[in-house]
Parts: sequence; C-alpha cells; structure tokens
Amino acid sequence: MKKVFKLEDLDCANCAQKMEDAVKKLEGVEDCTISFMSQKMTLTAAEDRFDEIVKKAVKLCRKIEPDCVIVVE
Amino acid sequence: MNRKQKKTLIRIIVSGVLLIAARLCPFEGWLSLAAYAVPYVVIGWDVLWKAARNIAHGQVFDENFLMSLATVGAFATGEYPEAVAVMLFYQIGELFQSCAVGKSRKSIAALMDIRPDYANIEKDGQLVQVDPEEIAVGDTIVVKPGEKIPLDGIVIEGKSTIDTSALTGESVPRTVYEDSDVISGCINQSGLIKVRVTKPFGESTVAKILDLVENASSKKAKAENFIAKFARIYTPVVVISALLLAIVPPLVTGGDWWDWLHRALIFLVISCPCALVISVPLSFFGGIGGASRSGILVKGGNYLEALAAAEIIVFDKTGTLTKGVFNVTAIHPDEISESRLIELAAYAESYSVHPIAKSIIEAYGMDIDNERISSSQELSGKGVKAVIDGLEVCAGNDKLMDEIGVSWHPCHHIGTTVHVAVDGKYAGHIVISDQVKETSAQAISDLKARGISKTVMLTGDAKETGEGVAKQLGIDRAYTQLLPADKVEKVEGLLSEKTPKGRLVFVGDGINDAPVLSRADIGIAMGAMGSDAAIEAADIVLMDDDPRKIAKAIDISRKTLRIVRQNIVFALGVKLVVLLLGALGMANMWEAVFADVGVSVIAIINAMRAMRISNDKQ
Repeated sequence: MKKVFKLEDLDCANCAQKMEDAVKKLEGVEDCTISFMSQKMTLTAAEDRFDEIVKKAVKLCRKIEPDCVIVVE
Repeated sequence: MNRKQKKTLIRIIVSGVLLIAARLCPFEGWLSLAAYAVPYVVIGWDVLWKAARNIAHGQVFDENFLMSLATVGAFATGEYPEAVAVMLFYQIGELFQSCAVGKSRKSIAALMDIRPDYANIEKDGQLVQVDPEEIAVGDTIVVKPGEKIPLDGIVIEGKSTIDTSALTGESVPRTVYEDSDVISGCINQSGLIKVRVTKPFGESTVAKILDLVENASSKKAKAENFIAKFARIYTPVVVISALLLAIVPPLVTGGDWWDWLHRALIFLVISCPCALVISVPLSFFGGIGGASRSGILVKGGNYLEALAAAEIIVFDKTGTLTKGVFNVTAIHPDEISESRLIELAAYAESYSVHPIAKSIIEAYGMDIDNERISSSQELSGKGVKAVIDGLEVCAGNDKLMDEIGVSWHPCHHIGTTVHVAVDGKYAGHIVISDQVKETSAQAISDLKARGISKTVMLTGDAKETGEGVAKQLGIDRAYTQLLPADKVEKVEGLLSEKTPKGRLVFVGDGINDAPVLSRADIGIAMGAMGSDAAIEAADIVLMDDDPRKIAKAIDISRKTLRIVRQNIVFALGVKLVVLLLGALGMANMWEAVFADVGVSVIAIINAMRAMRISNDKQ
C-alpha cells in the first residue's frame, strides 16, 4: 500500500534525508521518499500492517526532528 | 515571511546590536564574557536547546549539536565575538534558506495554479457556486468570461475563446463553440459558455496534472540520491577529522592545544552538508516546475535527469509527427472531371466506416443521396463495389483493380492510393495521406542541433509512405509496415545500439504504444490534452501536439543538470578548500561561516534559476 503524508514544519533538508533513511530501514517498509521541497512523505509498506508501520514511522521521525509533524488523518 | 521567520529576524537584529555594543564596551575578563554571552543566548538559545534535546534522542551528528559545540568551543578558546558571530550568521543563513525555499515553493505553486475553486451550476433558475468535486457527470455547468473551466466537458451552448496557456504553454487562445471539447484548468476569455460535464473532478485533466506534478518529487534523480549518500558520510567524516585534529597533532608534536582545538572548531562549523542537500533537490523541483509551465509534465527528477543524455529518439509516425487526420491530397482523374471522380468515389464509399472512406466523403463535401445507390458491397482488404446511377463503380487498391481486370497505374504522390473503375474502365485515382505537422521538420532539426545522434521513425504504414515522410523531415532511419508488437522489438534492437551512457527516448501519442513507451528509457507522450492512457504510460507528457517541445524539454533538462553540477562543484570545492586551510591553521572562523552559510545561500540562489524557462525560443 502506498500513501502520501503531509509534513508540517519540516525546516531542514538534511533532517528530511535522515528521516527518509531511518524510515526505509523500518521492518515492513518497502519504500519511503521524503521530499523536502514539496513537504511530503510517500510511504509504501505492507498493507496488513500499514497503520502499525505508520505509527512507528511517526515516532521515529519525531525522534530525529521533533519540530516536524507528520499529518496522519 | 511567516511569523516564525519574523521572530528569527527580530532576534538576529537584537543580537547583532548587542554584539556591536559588546565590542564597543571596554570590558575585560569575566565582564567581557558576560557581555558577549547575552547576544549569544539571544540568538542561539533554540539551537542549544535543540542540541541538548537531540543528544537525548541519540542524534550525535545533529547540525544543532555541532553548531553548539563549535560556538561553545570558541568561547572556551577565548574567541567571544567569533562565537556570537558564528551563531548569528548561522541563523541568518537558516532564515534565508527558509525564505528562499518558501518563495520557490510558492512560485511553483503559482505556476501550477490551475485548480478551480468553484463551479457554477444552475439550481431553480439561479446560478450557485459549488465545489467542483460535487458536480456529477452529465451536469451542466456555466462558465463565465474570466473564470477557470472547472471540469472537463463538451460545450452545449455559447461561443468563446479559451486560454490554455496554463496547461500547454501555448499563448494563442483556442476558439470553442457548440460540441467542442473543453478541458479543465483553461480560462474562459470572451463569452459565456454552458458545458456538459463528461468526467468527475477526480478524473479531470486538472486533477491528473496536479497529482502528477505533486508526486514528481518522490521520484528522485540519481544526483539527488548521490547527495543523500554523500551527506550521510560527510558529517561523520568531518566531525571525526575535527576530533583527530584536536587530539593527535598536539600529542605528537607537542603543539599548542588551544591552537589545534581552534582548528578543529573550524571543521565543526563546516560539517553540515546543507548547501548540497537543499540546492540539488531545489534545482530539480524548479526544473520540473518550470517545464510544467511550458506544457511539459515530467513525472520525476530521474526522468528530467535522464533526458539530458538522450542519444536516440524514436518517433511513432501517426499522431506524433503527422496530424493523425487523413485527408485527400490529390485527385488524378483519367478522362473524367475531378469533381465527377470524387463524386463517384464518395458514393461508392458512402456505406463504409473506414477512415479512408470518411476522408473521401468529407472531400466530396456534399450530401449523399442514397436513392442513387442501388447496391453496395465491401470487399475486405480491397475496397468497395457499388452500383450508382446504374453504373458499376469499384473503388479500392491495386489488388481490387487486378481482380476485376482493370489496368491501373501507380501514383507518384506519397500516401494511400484509391483507384476507381467505372463499368470496368479505369477512371483515375485519389490519394489520401496523413498530413505532416508544420512543426515536425523544425523539431527534428532542433534535436539534431542538440547533438541527438540518431532519429528513427516507426510506422505501420506502407514502405513508400513511411520513407517519404522520413525523408521529408530529415529522419535518419524509418522502419515501416510494423505491427504494434514489432515496434517493441525494433526499440529493443535500438536499445542495444546506443552507447552505455546514452538514453533512448520514444515519442508517441499514447494510443496503442503503451508497451513501447514503457520499454524505452524515457517515454514521451504527446498531445495529452484529455488522453488518460498517455498520462498513465509515459514518463514525460507534452500537453500539446507540438513535437518541438521535445527539444525544449532537453534544454530544460540540461540547464537543470548544469545548475546541479555547478552547485556540487562549487559547494564541495569551497568546503574542501576551507577545511584544508583550517587544518593548516590558515583559515579563521569567519571563513568557516562563509563556507557553511554563504555557500548555501549562493547555491540556493543558483538553484532557483532552474525554475525560469524562457518561452521566446518557440
């Protein structure tokens, strides 16, 4: 499953890169790209565990860049 | 500037004033330290706070932490003004970056400002504005002059001119009247039109384009991935070098600890790869944004990057280089008049649904009186046989003529020849051909001027027709009489001919060539106004029918890559030089700040050039 999330207050391009690298390493994540320019995260992960993976990704990103919020509807 | 940026600006001003004040005060020792500590805290408290917080999260090579370490270190070595200045310039640089990035985001958003806000629909005799998403297929909407057309549809009432430039980059407005198709995102200019909606908003042209452009940044170019990899190792390498620089030389040579610590701090200030990490994606983002303004939609940075290395360009003929519309281009009667020949041919073909028959009927231009046709028979693959006004008329290809035993002669015109025989006697022939687009020849020579080594045309047409068109346009090679499956095979053959670094581009109109579009290194679909298949299958979509846009796309691609390369060389070059000078004790904190913040700022300004695309080369 592939979904695009909006990122709020993503101020640092290097952090975006770090977040992308970290999320890619999460178990169950097939692909992840974070675009600093469009402030969006595209996450591809296993369908059945998607919500769980999103939660983990949000937590991980908060650890790397606490100011940035991933908008999960 | 947003609120956050304004706050930072105020802090920068306050801290700057306090820094000057501290320099003017004749304090010594502890008092001096205190005087500099005030502007330092004003400007740097958030960096210090973030550094502490991120360390708690295990983020060692965090930019905030490194800045804090460098400035606290500067205080420790007694360089109070430098410490404050480093922090101050760091914040100025950050502020500038955030403004520049915000500005380019906004200008790209403005470029793609095609999303309609509302649609007018008639309810109980009154016009009401509703969200375009609420409109259903089959509803009738009203578009007033000056308004954006909110959904794709067909004009059912009214006449107007529409401005399609936001979608196609084409500045000449298009005239629309009853039964014309209109596309969402265009602006209605002169008259009020009523439009019957043919697609829901989610499937409309506007929604598709916006979706495509917004998702383009998730497909990263190789250069972007290279920078990402580089950034991952750059910071640790510089920080570890700084550590070694602070410890090893004084241990080995017994030098001054403070001096080497100072050199190590310079390393820390330059340890952030920000200039590259921001400017490279910004360049691609700008290039894609600028291209979409010219009616060229690029689905990702990777495709924009690959296009610069285009070596072989393969064209589909029909609809790409030619208009895809068949027209009668020559009428050559034998013994009867031109008008009589076309009349008989039109009557004979009047029951046929073949595109060729349609073009003959269209060329005849008058109504067909069915009473005059007493019988009509279609002979598959050959033509038609009909009885008109008691005369037996045969119209078809050479096979048909041979079959009925009529001697015929070939035509020197390029195209499909329809021979006509009346009562077993040859009456002449009509040539039908697809017209070459006015811009095709220019497009090919533009591409050659850009160093494209090979242009190839693929077509299902007969040998003479295909080769004639190729010769006329100056195309190097033509493969004719191909079935759709043969096209894939030919492209695969051509793929093995190119050099390893070169790229093969296939240009088609998106109809029947989806497999080839995906097999080529880069698939370009053209004339995509309203064609879903093209938008799906291609990597680059040209919104209008103009093949010259291919050369323009290559220009944009090369310009973008040039900017990316300049930034990489410049940023890395300056950083390496300052690192080297720093290690040798020849650089000071000020130069380090320039290598960090100054380089970022210059790289960003350079990257923003990628967005500007000149439209004058049309």
